[in-house]
Amino acid sequence: MSHPVRSNSRHARWVRISHGVITVSFLSLAVTGFYILMVHPRLYWGEVGNDLTPAFIELPISRNYKHNGWDEKFAYFDTSGSPVSASRTYDIFNENGWGRSLHFLSAWVLVITGSIYIGSGLITRHFGKRMLPSADSFSFRNLWREFIDHLRSPRSMGNGTQYNLLQRITYLGVIFVCMPVVVMTGLAMSPAVAAGFPIIVSMWGGTQSARTIHFFASIAVELFLVVHLVMIIITGFIQNMKAIVIGK
Amino acid sequence: MKKSAIITRRQALVTGLAGMGTLLFQQCSRPTPPNYGNILRMGDNFTYIAQRTLLPGQSLAKEYRFADISSMPATGTTNPAKYSEAYDQLQRNSFADWQLRIEGSVDRPGSLSLDDLKKFISRTQITKHHCEEGWTAIAEWTGVPLSSVLQHAGIKASGRFVNFHSYDGWIDSIDLYDAFHPQTILAYGMNGKSLTVPHGAPVRLRIEKQIGFKSMKYIHKIEVTDEFVDHGDIGWAWYNGI
Repeated sequence: MSHPVRSNSRHARWVRISHGVITVSFLSLAVTGFYILMVHPRLYWGEVGNDLTPAFIELPISRNYKHNGWDEKFAYFDTSGSPVSASRTYDIFNENGWGRSLHFLSAWVLVITGSIYIGSGLITRHFGKRMLPSADSFSFRNLWREFIDHLRSPRSMGNGTQYNLLQRITYLGVIFVCMPVVVMTGLAMSPAVAAGFPIIVSMWGGTQSARTIHFFASIAVELFLVVHLVMIIITGFIQNMKAIVIGK
Repeated sequence: MKKSAIITRRQALVTGLAGMGTLLFQQCSRPTPPNYGNILRMGDNFTYIAQRTLLPGQSLAKEYRFADISSMPATGTTNPAKYSEAYDQLQRNSFADWQLRIEGSVDRPGSLSLDDLKKFISRTQITKHHCEEGWTAIAEWTGVPLSSVLQHAGIKASGRFVNFHSYDGWIDSIDLYDAFHPQTILAYGMNGKSLTVPHGAPVRLRIEKQIGFKSMKYIHKIEVTDEFVDHGDIGWAWYNGI
């Protein structure tokens, strides 16, 4: 299991620039996304979910958590089990004025830079050469062994831009699975996009399902970020930072 | 200070880019809402132009079956009587004296009562409300298409924005693109009954391709304008299709 070694292998300028821009926009999205979630810290499945319907998960992350500040409920219909209405009497935490706008501004930066990155990567065969594992090197057994090796001696796993199997699979997963899922579920929450392309909502099973998947896919990228940072520090912080910032 | 007549490279670039923008976004050659020099509002305007340019025409928001109607909370203002004595009086009389004022760039400015509105051909739609907070709800709305009311008042060819004034003091506007969307209605009914006070009685706007708070409650005046009227930076995006 050996990948071709090129001794002068460096991060190309377009890789370094897009990596930097995407990092900043992702951090901004993570922070504003958390603020937006604080406003309504309940997750649901399906098309509909609100304070008067049962939640799939409730997160204790703001004063809006289970606030119970509601007037008496009244039923819309005379039938039993009728949907209900209630008026809010509670002053909720809400910073979505700037939170939403900054989230969408950062999303534009991420989507545009990400598209340029993926386009350049395909044209230059960056993904094929550096990330796609060769057919003979890929097996779940190898992947598992590298995972165990990373846990046992993480320090020995760094080899600059020559990625090992676990790195290759992880990077491909983040770039081609997690990030597209985050973007598509985010778009599914836009009422204008949903009207123009209804499939973008139905493919996830509804607006609230898309919102829930948006949350978990973002958490997956954040967990990747934590492991990525730990590995960068363990395998030589200064050298790794030089490689991704100035390309040396 | 005397202004230099020399055209700098920067000026030429800025003018060129602005001109290209106008060419690219023909439908947006009219002034976009102010950005207040604020990068967040600039991003909002970018979203506005991008959605208007990239999304297909007047596509309809999904409509649901009656059985899909869900619980729906009332948020924001839930009774403007606290702010408005006029509203309190109207409410005591079941809105029999309520009048919708229509003015601005229209040939026949005037007022319509609730009964007048109900004489128009109505539209009923079961749609999903997307609140900016993150929740959604499905409800049935009955009302008169805003386009019918605007045409009844004789909207002038120069009209570009429709401004709404509400009893809780809120003022907001939408462009003609949304105003003439078939699902943009002045709703007086919800789930088969008269609209209740918490949900915006007697008449609220339903605008299905933007976030919930654009569907203003407690409307008493509609004003058509040729230009975007700046009601001030309230710290929120003006366009909320996202």
